[in-house]
Formats: sequence, structure tokens, C-alpha cells
Amino acid sequence: MTHVRINNLTKAYSGVDAPAVADMDLDIPSGRLIALLGPSGCGKTTTLKMIAGLIRPTAGDISFDGDSIVRIPPEKRGAVMVFQNYLLFPYMSVGQNVGFGLKMAGVDPKTIDQRVQEMLDLVRLPDISDRRPKQLSGGQQQRVALARALITKPRVLLLDEPLSNLDAHLRDEMRELILSVQRDLGITTIFVTHDQEEAVLLADRIAMIFDGRLQQFASPDVFYRHPASERIARFLGGVNFLPGKRRGDTVETDVGSFRFAPGGEDERPPEDGLLTIRPEQIVLGQPNAENTVQGRIVSRIFVGTYTRYRLALGSHQIEAVRSADVAGDFAEGQDVPIGFPADRVWMVRPDQAA
Amino acid sequence: MADVTVKELATADRSAGKRATGKVIFYATVIFLCVMLVLPVIAFFINAFAFRWFYPQLIPDEWSLQAWQRLGLLPPPGQFSVGNLLAQWTSVPDVIHALGLSLWIGFLVTGISVVIGIPAARALGMYSFRAKRLIEFVIITPTIVPPIAFSLGLNINFIRWDLALEAAGINLGLSGSVLGVSIVHLVPVMPYVVLTLSGVFANYNADFEAQARTLGAGPFRTFWHVTFPAILPGLFVACLFAFLVSWSQYLLTFLIGQGRVITLPILLFSAAGSGNNAVIAALSLIFIAPAVLILLVSSRYLSGESGAVGGFGRV
Repeated sequence: MTHVRINNLTKAYSGVDAPAVADMDLDIPSGRLIALLGPSGCGKTTTLKMIAGLIRPTAGDISFDGDSIVRIPPEKRGAVMVFQNYLLFPYMSVGQNVGFGLKMAGVDPKTIDQRVQEMLDLVRLPDISDRRPKQLSGGQQQRVALARALITKPRVLLLDEPLSNLDAHLRDEMRELILSVQRDLGITTIFVTHDQEEAVLLADRIAMIFDGRLQQFASPDVFYRHPASERIARFLGGVNFLPGKRRGDTVETDVGSFRFAPGGEDERPPEDGLLTIRPEQIVLGQPNAENTVQGRIVSRIFVGTYTRYRLALGSHQIEAVRSADVAGDFAEGQDVPIGFPADRVWMVRPDQAA
Repeated sequence: MADVTVKELATADRSAGKRATGKVIFYATVIFLCVMLVLPVIAFFINAFAFRWFYPQLIPDEWSLQAWQRLGLLPPPGQFSVGNLLAQWTSVPDVIHALGLSLWIGFLVTGISVVIGIPAARALGMYSFRAKRLIEFVIITPTIVPPIAFSLGLNINFIRWDLALEAAGINLGLSGSVLGVSIVHLVPVMPYVVLTLSGVFANYNADFEAQARTLGAGPFRTFWHVTFPAILPGLFVACLFAFLVSWSQYLLTFLIGQGRVITLPILLFSAAGSGNNAVIAALSLIFIAPAVLILLVSSRYLSGESGAVGGFGRV
């Protein structure tokens, strides 16, 4: 149980203009599961390695339970990292790999054997202690790597892309395992991913990072309801953006005014920005509902469990998705009322022109 | 259909021809190597135990141990007893002394070269930096430049430093000492060590070290438990090279040792001037014995299958 605080963390490399990580502030409560999410090269892995002690920050501070750890070498931090490619030591057996951390801690061999067996049971691979890492599948290697990390009861567990090397069915299994182990042991866990789905599936809270800067730190559902910027919305699969101006709780766009439900105190939408709504939340064919304007169906793609429509709205095109179990269908070219439910509409900061 | 068959036959014929040519080249190479390397050793064996061996005898008609007796390794004729043999050996004949010195210098040079070579090879194999090509070039120059060119210059410098240090009250004695000879041996040895090990490090994944660190291993234990086992096969090959290159140095030992550091090659060269074939042959056998022994023991590490030039980065 460790409370991790990151203050003004910065990493700049000489000869490179933009810092890899700039002024990062994160407050991670004890026992939480946090994702650092962002495209490749955004500085998320650099941040993880700074927490692990493998990269020395240029400026700023990291503390565990209030004690700064930036001057403590990695082996004494109690922050264990699981790398993306598992890195099981190839000349050691699985048991020796899992027991490595305890051996380094000077624990006696008998206790190590016993703890190794406990950890292998925990990751549901009880009978492979004598095998070599080469003889294991990718999923098994991942679990052994997790067992090896957990055996020392680390204060902080750091995972680098924990699911991205796994097949779809193994991902679900691994996800369940990480969640249950993390919940049972209560270890503060930080993982890095470029995959928004992975972040949403696992994390209590997501720290969105672009260009070395923290963009938004919130729970997964907030990212979907109230993204802070157009770029975040697009990264999470948002496609509908209408330029508009905010007047109180109303957005005025060139196709009409839309009322929206204000967010919390710290989520203040910009005055001048883009109205956004996710495709699956647009309501079609209900002329009398609030926030409804008239548009036309441009194209229609039937995908099975849902139907995807492209809609013309004034000079704009937007996308709507309609679940198969909602009655009614619309043909191409048909005029249709398009509703933006007030609690689903949000205003985002536009990207600066590139 | 018939066309196809003819074509197939032609292809088969051609590849059979290729195989035959390959076989001829293979056996020609084997025979050439045997003639150049194995036959002389056989000749040494015969010579070392011959009394006289003149043309056109295929093998000598009189055998003797005179060469070994002259080298002081066996008691004189007619006086053979265990006591005499022990007395001979405990008085340390020149050959044994030279053998010991060669071994000692060989191990010393191997140790120093590896300690310097591991960090150097790691930097060259894993990182790119300014002037990397230049440094690589400087490291391999000893294999191109004739040893006499740099060893003469080095000797002058050694003498100069010795004098300067003596004036300052420090008696290092690089010139004409075992230490000086060992340092000079490093010059031809380092290219082999650094090139072999940089190949190892080019395939090495340093993330394993980072992993060990976060699991609680300090820098030293990380090296011992992670880096060392990973580079061990390549390190072994590098040590072999280092030892054998040092072992076979004549010119450098001769110049820097100034006749005071008598290693096996020095003894062998002076014997070669004496014209006694049996003694030369016996000395040569002693000289090549360690090399052959090492190769026999280590041949499995040198085969292509072992990771001699690869770390576990490829796993």
C-alpha cells in the first residue's frame, strides 16, 4: 500500500528540443490501478522507468508515501517493473526466475522454494517450476514474469504494455488475473499502454499523455463523457466535432443551439471550442426530443449488431451508430431528426492548427 | 509432360554436379590443412624421439630420449630413477621455468584484457557515439601494423618512463620486466578481445539488467547473475584468443623483455639457432601442447551452434 506522488517531473535529453516528459504531476492514491495512456513516443514509458529508477529525471520529484525516492537506486525502491517482452532469464528455470527477487534479498532457499510455489499457484501455473522459460508460451511467460515481480511484495508494481503481446483470448484471461491479483494484494500499480481499450479495461484512472505532457487524469468513463480536448476525444475514438460557442450551458453552432449538462467544478468546458458527442449516443428519429435538429442520411452500413449511419447536418457530416435492438431503420437520402441528449453533449478544446 | 521430365532431370543433374564440385573443394581444403598443420606435428613427434633421422629414411632407425635429457626433463642416460627424475624437476629446468612464465603472462594478459575489454566492447557493441568508427579503427590497428614498428617505439618510451620514475624514486621497471612484457602483449591481444566481445554485446539486451535491478539486485550482483552468464560463451572465446595470442608472442617479448624475460617462444627461437633438430622438435611439442589442449577442451564452445558470438538478446 503505497501512495505515489509525482511532482513537476521532467526528463530532457541533451540535443533534443522537446523534453521527453515535461512538468508531470500525478497523485496516485494507495492501492490503485493507474494507466499511463498515450501514443508511442509520448513519454509514458520514460515516466514509468523514472518511477522504477531506471532513468534519472532532469527535474522534479517522485515520492512513495511522502518520502522522495529519486536518489534511491532502483534495487532499493521496492518498485518492480514487468517489461513488455517479459525478460525471463533464459539460463534459469522458471522457479529460479520467480525466486530471483528473494534470492537477492538474501532469503533462505527453503523459504524461497515455498514462496515460489505460492506465487506460481497465484498465477495459476503450479507445475512448471522446473521448466525453462523457452518451453513456455507467451501467456505463460507473462504470468511467470508477474509472479517474479510480485514475490518480493513490491510497494509499487510497474507494468509495461501488459496485454499488448497477447492473443485476444489470452488478453481477457490476463486482464482478469491482473485485476484479481492487484485487488487481493492491494499493490499500487501503474501500467503503460498505447491501447485505449487496454487502459479502459484495466485502470481505475487513466493519465492521458501527449508529447510528454499530462493532458487529463480521470476515471475511464470521464474520458468518454467529458474529454478535455479534441485530441483526447479523437484518441478515444471520437469522430463528431462541430465548431461552436458556449453561452452558459448552451452551445451555439451553425446548425442550431444545444443545451448541455455542466460537468464538475474541475471540468470547465471552453468558451470557444468544438461540440462533441459519441456516435452511439446520438438519438435518431425522435422529432420532439430536446436538442433535436433535422438532418439527412448520407450512407448506411449494416454491421450486424449495429448499424452505422453517416449524416449530413448543414455543411457538416457526422456519424451515428444505432444498436440493432432499437426499432426502426432509416434509408439513404431520408430526412431524419437527429437528437443530441443534453447529458451526452460536451465541449472540447480544439487542437491548435498544425 | 515429357518436357517437364527432361527439365527436371537437367536440374537434378546440375545440382548433382554442384554437389560434386562442393565435395572436391571440401576435401581439397581438408587435405591442404592436414598437410600444412598436421604433418609438421607428426614430424616433430618423430624428431623429438629420434637419435638421427637422415634422408632417405622414412622413419629413423635409432630412437632416443636425448632431446628430453638435454632439456633437463629426463635424467641423463643410464641414471634413470624416480629420485633423479624428482631432483631434475625440482631444480626447475629452463624449459619448465619458461613454460611457467609463459602461462603466468598468458593468464595475466587474459585477465587484464578482459577487464578492459568488457566495458569497451559493451560501449562499441551497444551504443553509437561520435568517433565510434575511429575508435574501432584504432583498436584493430595492431592487427595491421607490423609489431616491430610499435614495439620499438614502446620500448624507447618504457625505458624513458623507467628512468623518469627512477629519478622520482619509484622503481617500476617496465622495460625488461614481466609486467612490461604483459602490458605490451595487450597491444596485439586487445583487438581480438574487443572484437569478439562487441559481437556479443551487439546481440545483448540490456533490459535484462534493468529487470534485475528492479527485482532488487545491485550493480555488482546484476553483473554476476545476469550480464556474466549472458556473455559467458563469448567471454570464453575472447579469453582463448587472448591467451593464445599472448602465448605465441615472440618479437614483443624479445624486445621489451630485453633477454631477461625468457618465455617459451624465446627459448624455442634460441634453440632453433642451435641446429639440434631433436631439441627444437621437443620444445615445439611443449609449445603447442597447451594450444591443442585448450582447443580440445573448448571445441564445443567454438561450434556454430553455441552462442559463442551471441548473447541472449536473440531469445
